[in-house]
Amino acid sequence: MAKLRVGVVSPERELWSGEADMVIAKTIDGEIGIMPEHAPVLGILVEGGVLRVKGVEGGDLVAAVHGGFISVGNNEVSVLAETAELGSEVDVARARDALQRADASMDGESAAAVQRARARLIAAGEEV
Amino acid sequence: MGAQLRLLRRRIKSVRSTAKITRAQELIASSRIVKAQQRMHAALPYEREITRTVSGVLSNTAKVDHPLTVQAENPRRAGLLVITSDRGFCGGYNANILREAEALSRLLRDRGIEPTPYVTGRKGIAWHSFRSREMGGQWSGFSDAPAYGNAKEIADALIESFRDENGIDEIHVVSTAFVSMLTQQVTVTRILPLEVEETERPPDTGPMPYYEFEPSADGVLDQLLPRYVESRIFSALLQSAASEHASRRRAMKSATDNANELIRVFTQQMNQARQAEITQEISEIVGGANALADAGAGKE
Repeated sequence: MAKLRVGVVSPERELWSGEADMVIAKTIDGEIGIMPEHAPVLGILVEGGVLRVKGVEGGDLVAAVHGGFISVGNNEVSVLAETAELGSEVDVARARDALQRADASMDGESAAAVQRARARLIAAGEEV
Repeated sequence: MGAQLRLLRRRIKSVRSTAKITRAQELIASSRIVKAQQRMHAALPYEREITRTVSGVLSNTAKVDHPLTVQAENPRRAGLLVITSDRGFCGGYNANILREAEALSRLLRDRGIEPTPYVTGRKGIAWHSFRSREMGGQWSGFSDAPAYGNAKEIADALIESFRDENGIDEIHVVSTAFVSMLTQQVTVTRILPLEVEETERPPDTGPMPYYEFEPSADGVLDQLLPRYVESRIFSALLQSAASEHASRRRAMKSATDNANELIRVFTQQMNQARQAEITQEISEIVGGANALADAGAGKE
């Protein structure tokens, strides 16, 4: 089966690029799974979403993606994240700290912070 | 010691300490160019992808009627984003930018458009406020290592004014493009309204895909176009930062070279003065000895 060419980029740098079998991302309409030969799609990613790239050599790739776009076409998937962090790069202690702080203060702004911290922990493979 | 000798010594000392400073600045700048260049390259993939996506969307949606792509019928006001540095010591870097910005302002005025400068960098802000020119916005403190947040802040201000009925109708960016270590070029680009143009696509990429949108075309464009503007501004900031370091390195290198040349000339003059002094002393001693000898001979 054909493979997807996937690129995960943020404005400051390219996080990852390579071939994969499947990409799962969270757009504002809900989760979207992309496999080879998917129709061209342009979607907006949610704040604090988790991106999974499956079928990568050396295990699946998980990243926390905050805002941005996913664009699919010709078996190419570009994830244009406003900010993103690979699961392996997440500082678990700090993310947990941020989650606790955001949980403690109950206002509208912290809801987004909770989402972000949650996404980072999930990306790092932690229980939330 | 002769007065002239002392004077030259003092000058050499002062020039030498200047050379030390400029040399240090040169080394700092050259190490920062590398970092700035890396940041520039790291930002390229995002810029490329977002440009591709925008052109893909704009070229295959039936009608593009987004506020950010609509050209005003009678543009009356234009925003000029002028990107300068925070610090001096970088040769003609800021002067070139400001000259180009002035030329563009004149051009716009001739077309009946009133330009409003939006300035980043302390040097450009000082230049404008000294001439009491009104600025639409000013930002500083990040010219040598801009972050994406800075670009976002600038883009937000520009887009807000662009969307406003009585705001600006066009946005131009005056920045310095980093061509190579030795060449930096002042460039002017119009970033808004976006130009929707059917360009010849390179044959290897194939036809642009016809996108489905999640949730809707308008919703996606609303998000996509500001990100595109941000990315363009970010890239201009990064290029300008690299150019600033390159200009500073060049300016500091020639300052160091000039200082070393001065030291060489002064050292020569100093040696000459010292030698002249010694020669004079010897001839005085010899003259004195001869006179004594003559006097002694006369007695006998």
